Amino acid sequence: MTNVETEPVTDLLHYEDFPEGKVIPFGTHHLSKEELIAFAREWDPQDFHVDEAAGKRSVLGGLAASGWQTSAILVRLAVEAYANSSAAMGSNSMEEVKWLKPVYAGETLTGRATVLSRRISAKRPELGILKMKFELFNTAGEAKAEIIGIQFMGVRNP
Amino acid sequence: MMGLYLEDIDTGFSVELGSHHFTKEAIIAFARQYDPQPFHLDEEAGRNGPFGVLSASGWHTGAAWMKCYVAANKAAEAKMRAEGREPAPVGPSPGIANVRWLKPVSPGDTISYRTTVMGKRELNSRPEWGLVFALNEGFNQKGELVFSFEGKALTPRRPRAAG
Repeated sequence: MTNVETEPVTDLLHYEDFPEGKVIPFGTHHLSKEELIAFAREWDPQDFHVDEAAGKRSVLGGLAASGWQTSAILVRLAVEAYANSSAAMGSNSMEEVKWLKPVYAGETLTGRATVLSRRISAKRPELGILKMKFELFNTAGEAKAEIIGIQFMGVRNP
Repeated sequence: MMGLYLEDIDTGFSVELGSHHFTKEAIIAFARQYDPQPFHLDEEAGRNGPFGVLSASGWHTGAAWMKCYVAANKAAEAKMRAEGREPAPVGPSPGIANVRWLKPVSPGDTISYRTTVMGKRELNSRPEWGLVFALNEGFNQKGELVFSFEGKALTPRRPRAAG
């Protein structure tokens, strides 16, 4: 199989482009009832995630997304906002994942990432370690989720 | 959890939640929808990427834990009902902590999950609920720990008899 993208991409963002305090705004994701239920059916089939009436009766107060889907949406927004235009090298850990408010079917979500701190690996000088905060909001500005964790990022000039 | 009220859950209580098999197709499908980074989408990019192999999104590994957890809960609840006991309802989770992806999960891997109660406390703000803390772990078919996190789940307190 041939790879048409054989030319190396030279304008990727690297560790040097993520100073402490940098804020990266995210795009938006509309969570339809169909997407919410499809995810829950496959991964988290509890009544309050798959059935509207059960959601309303529950402490969530409505048909609400699985926290794992909420997290996955935040990841998708982060990948689109910077990971796939950078030398991102995955992660090994998230120290905190907070599901602050239920995410309801029909909401449009956005967010941002903030660089909390950073360092270069002592053993691997080509590996940058960013500690990031990822925040998810609805379009009314209500905070829905917050994740704090590691983003590995290649160093441009090790 | 497992149809139990807060009062009936003790530190050290551990449940094998079952396992989940990761195919290449499923790894790519999940990544395409929620974590479309090259090393989760393509075998060659995976080999050349940070994990040296096409690997599942860590959130895919987490979602599969949830699937196993829900199935184990439902099985425990069904067993209680068959014995004529009404299970305690399951509460939502306010979040998780110390999520670690220790080794990549790659096509063909089967991950077995386990939950172990680490502690619990009552909630002053919601007297009908408590919070249960549990260590959750995922092991691959070689017995290697690949995934772990600390979960928190709202858990109902046993209703007090009226009058």
